Amino acid sequence: MSQIDSTPERKSSDNVYILSALVEDKPGVLFRVTNLFRARNFNIESITVGYSEFADLSRMTITTRSDDRTLDQLVKQLGKLIDVVEVRVLDRANTVYRELALIKMNAQDPTSRAEITNLASVFRGKILDIDKFTLTVEITGTPSKIDAFRNLVSDFGIVQLARTGVSALPRGAV
Amino acid sequence: MKGAEALMRSLEKEGVDFVFGLPGGANLPIYDALVDAKIRHILVRHEQSAAHMADGYARIKRKAGVCFATSGPGATNLITGIATAYADSSPMVAVTGQVPLEMIGKDAFQETDIIGIANPCTKYTFQPRKATEIPETVKKGFYIAESGRPGPVLIDIPKDVQQDSQDIEFPDLIKVRGYNPTIECDLSTIGKAAELLLAAQRPIIMSGGGVILSGAFSELEVLAELLLTPVVTTFKGKGSFPENHPLAMGPIGMHGHAEANKIILEADCILAIGARFSDRSVGRFDEFGKGMSIIHMDIDPAEIGKNKSVDVAIVGDVKSSMKTMIKLLNKKMVKRSAENPWLRRRTELIDYYTESIKDYPRDLTARKVLKKLRQVLPSKAIVTTEVGQCQMWTSLHFDVISPGTFFSSTGLGTMGFGFPAAIGAKAAKQNVPVVDIAGDGSFNMSENSLAVSVLENLPVIVILLNNYMLGMVAQWQRTFYNRRYEGVHLHNCPDYAKIADAYGAQGIKVQSLLELDNAIRSALKSNVATVIDIPIDPEEDVYPFVAPGTGLKDMIVGS
Repeated sequence: MSQIDSTPERKSSDNVYILSALVEDKPGVLFRVTNLFRARNFNIESITVGYSEFADLSRMTITTRSDDRTLDQLVKQLGKLIDVVEVRVLDRANTVYRELALIKMNAQDPTSRAEITNLASVFRGKILDIDKFTLTVEITGTPSKIDAFRNLVSDFGIVQLARTGVSALPRGAV
Repeated sequence: MKGAEALMRSLEKEGVDFVFGLPGGANLPIYDALVDAKIRHILVRHEQSAAHMADGYARIKRKAGVCFATSGPGATNLITGIATAYADSSPMVAVTGQVPLEMIGKDAFQETDIIGIANPCTKYTFQPRKATEIPETVKKGFYIAESGRPGPVLIDIPKDVQQDSQDIEFPDLIKVRGYNPTIECDLSTIGKAAELLLAAQRPIIMSGGGVILSGAFSELEVLAELLLTPVVTTFKGKGSFPENHPLAMGPIGMHGHAEANKIILEADCILAIGARFSDRSVGRFDEFGKGMSIIHMDIDPAEIGKNKSVDVAIVGDVKSSMKTMIKLLNKKMVKRSAENPWLRRRTELIDYYTESIKDYPRDLTARKVLKKLRQVLPSKAIVTTEVGQCQMWTSLHFDVISPGTFFSSTGLGTMGFGFPAAIGAKAAKQNVPVVDIAGDGSFNMSENSLAVSVLENLPVIVILLNNYMLGMVAQWQRTFYNRRYEGVHLHNCPDYAKIADAYGAQGIKVQSLLELDNAIRSALKSNVATVIDIPIDPEEDVYPFVAPGTGLKDMIVGS
């Protein structure tokens, strides 16, 4: 379960950090980054990659659980990768970040459907699909909001779930 | 122009005079282009040796060594050599053939994902997809391999890209936007460091491999003499400072000099230059440097704080950083007296351990052999080692006088490295003697390079400390596993003098120090490689010893 915006539970010195990196948009870059994390025993909570404001650079958002010293190493080692053009740790207080989740639940009886629909609307979710047996909801928000929704609906029986991981940008002018 | 020809022109433009390699199906076009290139090719008998030769060449020439291999097994055979270069920050450009583009991913014959395999042990990997990309790729490859903290780069060229004929342009300038090594350090950090050093009562310099890579030998000497600090080195830094200098203390570490391991614990301020605080050098990270201030000079920002938190970090080329510090100290310096208690302590420790560490009571021991070798060899001779006891005895008993004439596989600890690397070093500097201090276990791994040494007229000298034993493993089994030996006896096989003869080299067996003296002199005059087979006692241990997982203070001086 993600803890990016809730109190960490594991090692007391560990925190979840959000990193934002601009990387070359070419084959193998994601491999180099994830391989670095594996080789140096760094933790990845989530990683997202997609186009950025630059035509030939992608933006990678990585959330990681680590202590301060490991974070320092992680940033330096990422910075050493030749395909990583820029990397920064985002200050969570001055960062907007969102995750999207698709959650498919059992919803055979009308009561369940009504209840899930109500809960989804409280969470500003969208019903994306519905059939005789299931109902699929899209929830966007902070990871803890998604956790909360997931906890609420878990009794209905989650059939499938897909989360995108966090995307983030610092607030205001760069 | 074909892609392969573009590769040759690009290598020539980089000033490449030697390549070490072995051809195969997927790099035939490269070898075809090599026929007309102004580059000397050294044919190896195993690709691993090609990488070690390129590495040895690089460490002496201080520019990237180049090796070639075909796809699949040729490329994977290079990997140990590439990883060795990576661990020791040695610049290298490895060029592998690959199956044609359209075959990639089809599990073709001799196809392997060498980019994926090489990624964790290279600075960067390239796979040009068009012949026109080759010149820029090579230029970037050399730039990345040689600049900043050096390291190996792999260029994997599909066969059809090698063969493709195109109008090819050669760029004069390249830019790698995600790669900007820091050369000049931040001046304020030098100021802070100088304050700490001047305030210290017992300052010490710990010099690492970065000093050798940067060629900052004279700067180190000037700085040490200005500060009047004892100088210890890491094992990789051995030979960054003349080991007969009145301030020299030799290498620290698992098998460091006892006096060096002792004095560094008594220091109150450590200036670590181009060193990475490896476990083999400093023992336990949490114990090392307690109560001392630590100043760390390194070109790689990621080394700062990796193993050891430091008080002042000076990021930049160590040569340039030391120059800046020397200037500042010259302005500020209150001249220290050479008659201070700290330098007296240095002498005291050296005297104490010289007296208390006894050699084995035999005519031929590793220590006597290496002292004899030092006596007979000119100081400009280049010396490398294999890995294990032979290597650690060299660390202890062979003084490097002329800076930059010693190297070894210190980071990865690759057995079989020394001999081919010595041949590479000989290619880089053909007018000086090159010696590989070997054990039989390691030499056995790459002895087929004798063919290369003889046929390519690159004679080197192998000092074979032969106990027919994987000696270091045996020592650990003796020490930590209650003498339960397993997998360490080599049972008097093979006869190394005969092996040397069989390759057309010179094999000499010696039984005494006098015979050894004669053999070394004969080897120095020989036109072919010489293997001097020296029997030593398989029970001879390397001491001092800092057991793994302990600190330098736990050093064991003898059995």
